[in-house]
Amino acid sequence: MDLKKIYRKIGFPRLIISTFLVLLLIIATALKIPMSGIVQDILTRFGMNAVLVLAMVPSIQCGVGINFNLPLGVIFGLIGALVSMEFGLKSWTGFFVAILIAVPLSTIAGILYGLMLNKVKGQEMTVGNYFGYSIVSFMCIFWLIAPFKNPEMTWAIGGSGLRVTLSMASTIGGVLDNAFRFEVYPSWMPKWLVSFLEIVPLGLILTFAVLAAIVWIFSKTKLGTSMRVAGSSFKFASSNGVNVDKYRILGITLSTVLAAIGIIIYSQSFGFVQLYNAPLYVALPAAASILIGGASLRKAKIIHVIIGTFLFQGLLVVALPVINILSEGSMAEIIRIVISNGIILYALTRKEGETA
Amino acid sequence: MIVPIVFLLLSVIGFFLSGLPLNFVVNEMVFRLSRNLILVMSLIVPVITGMGLNFGIVLGAMAGQIGLIFIVNYKIGGILGVLVAVLVSTPIAILLGYLTGKVLNKAKGKEMITSMILGFFANGIYQLVFILLAGKIIPIKNKDMLMSTGVGLKNTIDLNIIRKSLDNLLFGKITPLPIMTLIITALLFVGLYFLLKTKLGQEMRAVGQSMYIAGVSGINVDKTRIIAIIISTVLAAWGQIVYLQNMGTLSTYTNHEQVGLFAVASLLIGGASVDKASWKEALIGTFLFHLLFIVSPQAGQNLMGNAQIGEYFRVFIAYGVIGLALLLHAWEKAKNTASIKN
Repeated sequence: MDLKKIYRKIGFPRLIISTFLVLLLIIATALKIPMSGIVQDILTRFGMNAVLVLAMVPSIQCGVGINFNLPLGVIFGLIGALVSMEFGLKSWTGFFVAILIAVPLSTIAGILYGLMLNKVKGQEMTVGNYFGYSIVSFMCIFWLIAPFKNPEMTWAIGGSGLRVTLSMASTIGGVLDNAFRFEVYPSWMPKWLVSFLEIVPLGLILTFAVLAAIVWIFSKTKLGTSMRVAGSSFKFASSNGVNVDKYRILGITLSTVLAAIGIIIYSQSFGFVQLYNAPLYVALPAAASILIGGASLRKAKIIHVIIGTFLFQGLLVVALPVINILSEGSMAEIIRIVISNGIILYALTRKEGETA
Repeated sequence: MIVPIVFLLLSVIGFFLSGLPLNFVVNEMVFRLSRNLILVMSLIVPVITGMGLNFGIVLGAMAGQIGLIFIVNYKIGGILGVLVAVLVSTPIAILLGYLTGKVLNKAKGKEMITSMILGFFANGIYQLVFILLAGKIIPIKNKDMLMSTGVGLKNTIDLNIIRKSLDNLLFGKITPLPIMTLIITALLFVGLYFLLKTKLGQEMRAVGQSMYIAGVSGINVDKTRIIAIIISTVLAAWGQIVYLQNMGTLSTYTNHEQVGLFAVASLLIGGASVDKASWKEALIGTFLFHLLFIVSPQAGQNLMGNAQIGEYFRVFIAYGVIGLALLLHAWEKAKNTASIKN
């Protein structure tokens, strides 16, 4: 009786995936793979991806569902990062300039996109997905002809057109990850603190915590509550005088801006800006993560972001070294495809409102 | 009718910019039509049944490729090889179509996005089977197909043993054009035409009009939808076999991925929409889409001095046209429901 209750609370997908994760961790220990490395990787990948997953929250809360058009925000985030790199700005200045450029651009894009989505209620996910694909392929042309001149960013031959991956090592790479790490630690620091700071990317995690707190506080304000009401039931909201269309635009704009910030955070941690087709591969893992965390197409909370990102990234991080020892290298990628699409499929085939 | 006209203009401008000789374009076009028409046709039945554009034809394409992997493994060449591939892939396609139909019945109203994600998911399973299990658990006799480690199929598999064996059947001595494939495509179109005239076809239309009314008037809605998807998946499997026997090489892990995208874009460019499609749109759309495909790299090269731009442009067109068509359709539908309410 009680077990059933607990099972229902945890939910089928989370049970399966955490069991799998624990199993992999046991195998990893048996294979003598260093734990500190795994913990560091999980935390780093968590921080890298969590903001992109967070971007799904306002979109689900305002009733649009999964924002498959995350690439829209991502592109403006990339433009922010690229402009900052073009001027050779370094570390924090570079990071904040990138954010300052990305936020207004993605706000405008988000508002326009929200206006468009209000015309296609009920088909947002399909339309959004293809809209995202078209934007990304259009931007492929832009990256080729964009007026960037910095020789570190353009193709060596010809001197024009941006490279596929640009290193951020000399600009803003690792600025958040290494915010609390030093070349030489001061002597007053105890040893455990030093190794803690080396393993935990504290700056990265704190940045996510701040952004998550902002989204959480926003959802508790009057504006945020109205937005959730608008998202939960169209009829109920409009009969209560809530302007549903307005709140949908608000939710989508927030989501787009978070995606823009998210990709800057992702890139600085990864150390590279990835252009051309790379933004295409942002939305599905983010959608999968939040659904694994327990969100549905109608309901999402911060806790879903944290649990989902942790489980999904944890699984990938642990699976990789274990599988590399046990089997072929491509297995980890296949697992990622199967799990992420499987969970989205699972959510899509639930009845309205049921959690995944 | 505005969409096909715009694309015709775009293609004609592209043709003049590219400076390609006309007979090259015509020749290329005949082959491309013979390769792609069955795949595009496989989308028609689900559209009529009201399930939108079935991105799940990717699963059908996989079934077709499994048939081809089978014949290469047993080294069955020629027209017999094509026939065996069809025979092997059809039951697989029926099974996959049945499963797809089951899943889509659970996601009514969200069929398109669900079928797309289902395609991605199936792709993962497909890779799992052919990268990890082939050669290990699945016995592969033909060692040329396996990677050097002995596990997993190679990225490209040579299909020379059946290359153009259908295209050149009977008429091969007279002309290099794929006459037989075009005849079979035409027969399938006629078959589809008559299928839609039967009772089953009428029921599909009824379900497409309104699931509720169809259900009330005694039609088994879920079953009709599953049948529609099975037909679509089987046609896609055959279409993929026809496509690959013409190409002569199988890219084991990528060939099926683009099938859904290109077929859907073709149909939409022909003027079809999410709830209306026929053989006319399939034919016109496939023609226009591939005309743009043939001319755009060269046009990009001549216009911008970079062939890559033309390449990206046609991908943009493929995605953009699907996005725009879906957008316009959903927009119109929303307007209609609003006006009914008022």
